[in-house]
Amino acid sequence: MNGIHDMGGMQDMGPIRRDENEPVFHAPSEGRSFALNLAAAAWQKWNIDASRHQIELIPPADYLRMSYYERWTERLIELLVRTGLVTREEIESGKPSPGSPKATPPLTADKVPAVLRSGGPASRNVSVNPRFKAGQRVRTRNIHPTGHTRLPRYARGKLGTIHLDHGVYVFPDSNAHFLGEKPQHVYSVRFAARELWGEQAAPRDSVYVDLWDDYLEPA
Amino acid sequence: MTAKVSDEHDHNHEHQTVPSDFALRVKALESLLVEKGLVDPAALDALIDTYEHKVGPHNGARIIARAWVDPAYKKRLLADATNAIAEFGYGGRQGEHMVVVENASKVHNLVVCTLCSCYPWSVLGLPPVWYKSAPYRSRAVIDPRGVLREFGLNLPQDVEVRVWDSTAELRYLVLPERPAGSDNLTEDELAALVTRDAMVGVAKVALPQLQGKA
Repeated sequence: MNGIHDMGGMQDMGPIRRDENEPVFHAPSEGRSFALNLAAAAWQKWNIDASRHQIELIPPADYLRMSYYERWTERLIELLVRTGLVTREEIESGKPSPGSPKATPPLTADKVPAVLRSGGPASRNVSVNPRFKAGQRVRTRNIHPTGHTRLPRYARGKLGTIHLDHGVYVFPDSNAHFLGEKPQHVYSVRFAARELWGEQAAPRDSVYVDLWDDYLEPA
Repeated sequence: MTAKVSDEHDHNHEHQTVPSDFALRVKALESLLVEKGLVDPAALDALIDTYEHKVGPHNGARIIARAWVDPAYKKRLLADATNAIAEFGYGGRQGEHMVVVENASKVHNLVVCTLCSCYPWSVLGLPPVWYKSAPYRSRAVIDPRGVLREFGLNLPQDVEVRVWDSTAELRYLVLPERPAGSDNLTEDELAALVTRDAMVGVAKVALPQLQGKA
């Protein structure tokens, strides 16, 4: 989706504002929003790709206006409603619907360390033939899917070189829409900065992008 | 004066302001989810405590210091970062698949996530606001040298800049150059010098007496 989230190469977004002694969370509400997102994900009603895509669906003007954890909160609400864990009426009233059953949370405090330690590996131990090998020249496909993709606009239709093969991973473009994991090789692909940005870029600089087999064609 | 304060407020919105309606919205959502039995409030406390107090750039700094003093470890780190980092007990969430890229006198690495905010939580903790902000995400790939100048780092033309856009589930950590004159420092003293910014690639590691000099 050619959304506002796909920011690489945009200009005039202003100076980078830094806070030398920035707290992890700027207010308790940011921490609660963060933790609610992680705890609700333990229901496994969605995956990380669907979760990222839900943020991309925030309308562009809202996306730019919102703070980071405002986006996370809106994302969580939409995922909860989409997957039926809560209803829109419950979000609006702030109360469980009369007669709705009380669930048992899958993530309890005692399980937090183990859950964080195991994480959610996206690699898959399946045998899939790689279409490319290190050193090979490739061209990224010039595609503009309306759904989720991790091929940034600035890197489409560009010539690059396979730097290395990371192995087999879940394919976000299908997984985000619950259409299967479609495991395939992910490569680190090196693009000369001048291939992406023209003569204004420094001659020896480069950008490395991690890309799936389905994004690439032989060059 | 009132107008000036108001301008500042708007300008810094993404930076630091947490609007009160946001706080109320989060509070309402939490109480609904707790009442429905969907989340355990004690689990929320544990998650927040983990990222406020346990996981952070001090983890990554230990990795870097070890790589500086132990060539065999550095070799393992560059060949298989996930397992080399796991030797310290770090891994899991948003550090499942790690890659370490090494700076040298003529190579400088910079990490970004242009599409969202991917960041190696297991070794750096949660990302700062600037890393997640539109100005950084948009410009790091098209004008990395300009971005680095904003961070006070002026790279000569003969230094090659490599930008790593975290588009997949690989998470990147920069191995900065060990500062000259640090030969007599212990591993712990070295770790104390390594900053989050250096491990993202927007700064170099400097000895305390050299900080602030050009």
